[in-house]
Amino acid sequence: MNFDPRYSGRSFTSVGTRPIRPDGVDKVTGRARYGADFNMAGQLVGRILRSPHAHAIIRKIDTSKAEKLAGVKAVITAKDLPDLTDGDAAMYDILDNSMARTKALYDGHAVAAVAAIDARTARQALKLIEVDYEVLPHVTDVDEAMKHSAPLINDAIFTEGLEEKPVKPSNVTKRTQYGHGDVHQGFGEADFVVERSFKTEQTHQGYIEPHACVASVNPDGTADLWVCTQGHFVYRQHCAQLLGLEASKLRVTSSEIGGGFGGKTHVWAEPVALALSRKAGRPVKLVMTRDEVFRASGPTSATSIDVKIGAKKDGTITAAEATLRYSCGPYAGMWAEIGAMTAFACYKLENVKTVGYEVLVNRPKTAAYRAPSAPMAAFAVESAVDELAKEIGIDPVDFRIKNAAQEGTRASYGPVYGPIGIGPTLEAVKNHPHMKAPLGTNQGRGMACGFWFNFGGQTCTDLNIGMDGSVSLAVGTVDVGGSRASLSLVAAEELGIDYAHVKAIVADTSSLGYNDMTDGSRGTFSSSMATISAARNAIKILRERAAQMWDISVDDVAWEKGHAVAKGEKHGNLGKLSLKEIAAESGKTGGPIAGHSELVADGAGVSFATHICDIEVDPETGSTRVLRYTVVQDAGKAVHPTYVEGQYQGGAAQGIGWALNEEYIYGKDGRLQNPGFLDYRIPVCSDLPMIDTQILEIPNPNHPYGVRGVGETSIVPPLAAIANAVSNAVGVRMSHIPMSPPRILAALEAERERFSR
Amino acid sequence: MAGVAVSTTINGDHVEYLCQPDETLLEVLRDRLGLTGAKEGCGTGDCGACSVIVDDRLVCSCLVLGAEAEGRQIETIEGMAHGDQLHPLQQKFLEHAALQCGICTPGFLIAAKDLLAKNPDPTEEEIRFGLAGNLCRCTGYDKIVRAVQDAANVMKGA
Repeated sequence: MNFDPRYSGRSFTSVGTRPIRPDGVDKVTGRARYGADFNMAGQLVGRILRSPHAHAIIRKIDTSKAEKLAGVKAVITAKDLPDLTDGDAAMYDILDNSMARTKALYDGHAVAAVAAIDARTARQALKLIEVDYEVLPHVTDVDEAMKHSAPLINDAIFTEGLEEKPVKPSNVTKRTQYGHGDVHQGFGEADFVVERSFKTEQTHQGYIEPHACVASVNPDGTADLWVCTQGHFVYRQHCAQLLGLEASKLRVTSSEIGGGFGGKTHVWAEPVALALSRKAGRPVKLVMTRDEVFRASGPTSATSIDVKIGAKKDGTITAAEATLRYSCGPYAGMWAEIGAMTAFACYKLENVKTVGYEVLVNRPKTAAYRAPSAPMAAFAVESAVDELAKEIGIDPVDFRIKNAAQEGTRASYGPVYGPIGIGPTLEAVKNHPHMKAPLGTNQGRGMACGFWFNFGGQTCTDLNIGMDGSVSLAVGTVDVGGSRASLSLVAAEELGIDYAHVKAIVADTSSLGYNDMTDGSRGTFSSSMATISAARNAIKILRERAAQMWDISVDDVAWEKGHAVAKGEKHGNLGKLSLKEIAAESGKTGGPIAGHSELVADGAGVSFATHICDIEVDPETGSTRVLRYTVVQDAGKAVHPTYVEGQYQGGAAQGIGWALNEEYIYGKDGRLQNPGFLDYRIPVCSDLPMIDTQILEIPNPNHPYGVRGVGETSIVPPLAAIANAVSNAVGVRMSHIPMSPPRILAALEAERERFSR
Repeated sequence: MAGVAVSTTINGDHVEYLCQPDETLLEVLRDRLGLTGAKEGCGTGDCGACSVIVDDRLVCSCLVLGAEAEGRQIETIEGMAHGDQLHPLQQKFLEHAALQCGICTPGFLIAAKDLLAKNPDPTEEEIRFGLAGNLCRCTGYDKIVRAVQDAANVMKGA
């Protein structure tokens, strides 16, 4: 492929407009089919039995009574999912998380499953399964788990990344370090140093659609899986490996997806559904309850973070340091490492050091959640940055502008930045009318910055031109929030035709080459790159066909605004041929016209955002109300601006929920106490104001249209922006997220006590 | 368990079915009648994704028994458009991009229809409180509120 992905400044016809999405009508009429909306002939209902203990050895499982219940067609335990991972530790963890093998490692860990003729029978069968547990001491708190006295979750884990190989096992799976310069020297040069410690609680992605799938394994070794997922090709790889199937014989179709936010990038119940179907010899539908979603899927890390930043009187930061401890659930992860990479990514620093510790706890396996690990690190760093600005006596926006990373800055995590948006977002915030609006009593304004890497990855796309000149675009990145609209716009732009003539679909795993998941804000970035490439390949064929129709050399045919144009004086009277005219003749000129593309979309441009939040605190109750919220973020190029705004608003709303309310609450028994939307309360409509957005476009040099991913960065600044607003409203620095009313009240009372003494 | 015979009206059509006494209306709609537009997000009445209208009253169909539909008028998302004519709320949800993943959309549309039937000219605050029983995790509600405001204006003019 001679595809050149570099940015070329150009004007746009379709890109940047706001048409209605192609899947829209299905979604407003109830016709769109999500994970649980699909059925097969002879289908059974699958249900999973889950451990009520946070940590327990599974001595014995007796399934005999359940098997004898009328209507039960299969009962499985870990024995029905033999270990085929062949030394692949990460895959073994996925297998063990799907069905506990020797120990239950958290409240909600799957231990057995049934398939029965209906839900009622399946529920009854679960009650008849007898599990003999030996309950072990457990630990759910990230700081507690790091202590030498903590119960060991996996005695085969010895901390990686230490200078000396440890002799004792530990709950810390890995230490990582990033940075450059000499922080000791940097702090020596500082006139002011702020050092603070922070904690954040565990949150769930909170997608409204529970995990759901229909699995059908045939006796001939072929299988089908219908599933709500962010990455059906990855699900295919993982399920095929765990079940011992050939990947090409497992066809995975991604349903419409009812939210994912990272939580549907990991297989959970799908291998179980396939194993049930294999054993029962019938299709099995498995849908998690909301209780199961909270107890056994998601969530993000709980964290404990120490930050130290020093600056000169003139506001120049001289050194920055952070130690980040992230919970991973009971399996190894790289969550603290990502936090350590992102923590200071917004700033131009000569001396910076971050250290991350991955910590095992008896909680569900940590999953990605929108810009995973970055919001917590930003909360700690951006809170400390505000405190430092206050000590120096400099405006917090000016302080950040002075120290903001620029093109050419070496990022704290290693690479040197190209053109980036942190400075422009800060300048836009400084000049935003929101920053000048008056505030009332007990009201405060805060702002904060956020960073996310963005990702590109493997991408494969097919563009087929029908004989009527309409275009089918088959992509392999799951559409989580409108990408079929943005990709149709890109195809229309490149071909020079109207958006209305393009129809994009998400193809299944048997219809298209491998695609990485829709994660890392890559959906529109990478698939638009592949779509541009596919369209250019199709245009090459269109030009050839036009040349054939005119009987001239293809070198004399150019493609302009949806038409083949004959170039050169000798062809002056040939006129133009539209895409539609060429397509109509395709049967006579060589057959169907299509463009294919497979590529690795490198060069996803990094993304920055700055948020402003006004909050009111009730000093009597500690309750808070977000009064006004503004998101400023660099999109590179907003392909469909309305959906870009939607990403900005949605991330901000999730961040607001995380900052103020959402948290996993564990009892002393290690059981999750709030596994439902009533007690794990995500923001509702009446909790929020309108969320204003400002899209900046600093082109990504590594994409033909300048596109950057936009999905994740918006969740990074809110925790800190709101904490800074609370601090400015009532004078208390909240160091523990969520800033729920009891925590704010306690902080206010402690502050009053301090003054009364 | 013996089934309960139910005779009811759904989206204007007469419908009869047998259901178990402990079966919810949501289960009946989705699993017996193939009306999968109502979604189960929680099963406990907290998310509103299964919203339907029973005799002019907005309910979570996961909290209503199938047997309770006897003799009622039930309205689901499948009955909201008239032929190929979308309801103004449906049209405005599309125009404003008031959905991202769309799983909450049927519930929001039903709840918004109920809201505008009772209050054709709601303030922003009334819309926000009127729709507070429906969870959306994607949009931050901004575009949903704007779509409902716009639809209310269109419907007032109609």
